[in-house]
Amino acid sequence: MANPVSAAAPSLDYGRIAREALVTGLVATAILGPFIGLITVQNMDHQLILETRWPLLAALIAVIVGVRVFFSLFVWNRAVKIKKVAPARVPFKIERFAAPFFLGLLFCYPIFVLAGLGAGGSIKWIDNFGIQILIYIMLGWGLNIVVGLAGLLDLGYVAFYAVGAYSYALLAKNFGLSFWVLLPLAGILASFWGIILGFPVLRLRGDYLAIVTLAFGEIIRLILINWVDFSNGYAGISGIPRPTLFGIPFNATDKGFAAVFGLEFSPIYRTIFLYYLILALALLTAWVTVRLRHLPIGRAWEALREDEIACRSLGINTTTTKLTAFATGAMFAGFAGSFFAARQGFISPESFTFMESANILAIVVLGGMGSLWGVVIAAVALVGGFELMREMDFLKMVFGQDFDPTQYRTLLFGAAMVAIMLWKPRGLISTREPTAFLKVSKSVSGSHVSEGHG
Amino acid sequence: MTEPLLTVRGVKTYYGNIIALKGVDLDVHEGEIVTMIGANGAGKSTLMMTIFGAPQAREGRIVYAGTDITRMPTHMIARMRIAQSPEGRRIFPRMTVLENLQMGAAIDEFAHFDEDLNQVFSLFPRLSERAHQRGGTLSGGEQQMLAIARALMSRPKMLLLDEPSLGLAPLVVKQIFDAIRELNRSQGMTVFLVEQNAFHALKLAHRGYVMVNGLITMSGTGKELLASEEVRAAYLEGGAH
Ligand SMILES: Nc1ncnc2c1ncn2[C@@H]1O[C@H](COP(=O)(O)OP(=O)(O)OP(=O)(O)O)[C@@H](O)[C@H]1O
Ligand SMILES: [Mg+2]
Repeated sequence: MANPVSAAAPSLDYGRIAREALVTGLVATAILGPFIGLITVQNMDHQLILETRWPLLAALIAVIVGVRVFFSLFVWNRAVKIKKVAPARVPFKIERFAAPFFLGLLFCYPIFVLAGLGAGGSIKWIDNFGIQILIYIMLGWGLNIVVGLAGLLDLGYVAFYAVGAYSYALLAKNFGLSFWVLLPLAGILASFWGIILGFPVLRLRGDYLAIVTLAFGEIIRLILINWVDFSNGYAGISGIPRPTLFGIPFNATDKGFAAVFGLEFSPIYRTIFLYYLILALALLTAWVTVRLRHLPIGRAWEALREDEIACRSLGINTTTTKLTAFATGAMFAGFAGSFFAARQGFISPESFTFMESANILAIVVLGGMGSLWGVVIAAVALVGGFELMREMDFLKMVFGQDFDPTQYRTLLFGAAMVAIMLWKPRGLISTREPTAFLKVSKSVSGSHVSEGHG
Repeated sequence: MTEPLLTVRGVKTYYGNIIALKGVDLDVHEGEIVTMIGANGAGKSTLMMTIFGAPQAREGRIVYAGTDITRMPTHMIARMRIAQSPEGRRIFPRMTVLENLQMGAAIDEFAHFDEDLNQVFSLFPRLSERAHQRGGTLSGGEQQMLAIARALMSRPKMLLLDEPSLGLAPLVVKQIFDAIRELNRSQGMTVFLVEQNAFHALKLAHRGYVMVNGLITMSGTGKELLASEEVRAAYLEGGAH
């Protein structure tokens, strides 16, 4: 056989995993030790004294090492296997089981939460965790088209999110159009702005492109702040109409969802509806991305990322290729933006700062550029992690009432960034899945290639 | 004599203010193999890229199959069925061999991909063994084969090859030159070849040109150039065997 390696499943190298876990622990200690382990407080005489918080430090390091070992065992392990059998078609076993499992989990999540916590307690969990994370997954997947596939570094992605949000807010308030009409319209408007950004930056790449897109994001935000007649400036827009279920609103009136279906009114219905709405939008993004990768345009994006000059000499129009990448990515941000406006009922330029672009980009980069799974893991870890810190009230019992875990968000964020870039410089999932496979029984001798579907 | 497939007349190409081609005239007829030799920095690659419109000629005219392509954008030139294996190969490193070959068929939206795949695989069996390997991990010679194979996937009428033998073992060079000869003989493909390996390239060619400092200084049949004293002294000394 051409490929003996694939037959013997590579066994786990426990020694290596232990060594890496040790290094992880040391790095975590070095980074976190001074920040977490030591704290200065004022005593009764207003003197600064140094206190130690070794238990917290130990707990955090244990968590980090645990995550590291988990990844070594279950996630990165896979990438190593693939490298070894690179020449042949690899059966992506994990993906085959992970995808249905993950989808099932997403669909059942609100039900589980409801069953466990009841209607009152679960809003927070479905909204702050479910919806919030899904918004970022969707934004990550949208930006992934621009950055991960086409290789165009975009630091102003949040501008298109803003365009979508303001499109919905203004058109819904001023013209009374429904969410379902405005959702596609917001996508179209955002992709239109994607093309507007695309034109001036056609000749730019890398750093220069990043700077111009950054400026573009700021320009949109500054316009929203300063053009008060149009966007109501800093004050933002409130009272944005909420989405309806094919005309049935989620309110306490006689025509509301609860009344129509003979249920007792509760805000939980709207939350669950919004959850499934953003889930559908996010899955649409993923589905389109997967499909496009197998179509000429998606392949052209990836080729563009690799070598622009070669693309041109193969007859690919790099101008339209870039513009479609910007437009497609922007469209999904537009969808997400109009969803965001409809969910919040209130938007202001505050929500569309550079920090948001940076967060979305961080999700794409940490996840591994181009990888849909990587975006999911990174979004769950970053967004979910942030939200989770708010919930860690029990830490107050350990460290006293003054302890506020959310203050450590940025610190942990930075530490996570540094750590991931040290261990996985190309992101959590850096293996790129090929889109083309040889069919067997071609004139090519079958022994060269393992089975695959074309 | 019929119209040449490719006509280059008085072409001057600049990089900024520096002139790289100082007025080049050259013809390639349909079904010919034409070789261009010249020292490093003579402007051979520049000519090849100028034919492809990147950079564009500042003066002069380039006509291909009766169409003036001097000011045409690169991707439109490629769609006229001129394919190129450029200097430095420029394959897509993270994409697999198969995906690289697909990109070669991009102008027809992969319509005849499967058919042509068999053809390039029989030309370069090595590539079929490596079909699912990432382009960047191929050896230099395999990358060169891939670059040529990718160019062939667009079903070109004319093939431009910039130093296909660069860095390859003599046996692989022979393989590649055999493949070129075979393409020319069986399909009548027109080939314009830039080479440092002057002896083999001129032996392969119907006609040849010598470029010095951005100007064509000699032309003739492959045999004539091989026999010429000047060519022997400048490009073949010690190389002929
Ligand atoms: N992008 C560029 N910018 C400025 N000068 C360039 C550029 N590309 C090539 N040159 C210059 O143009 C001249 C011709 O270069 P070219 O690459 O065409 O040479 P060549 O004949 O292909 O040489 P070699 O055999 O070494 O490949 C050289 O002096 C080179 O330095
Ligand atoms: Mg050259």
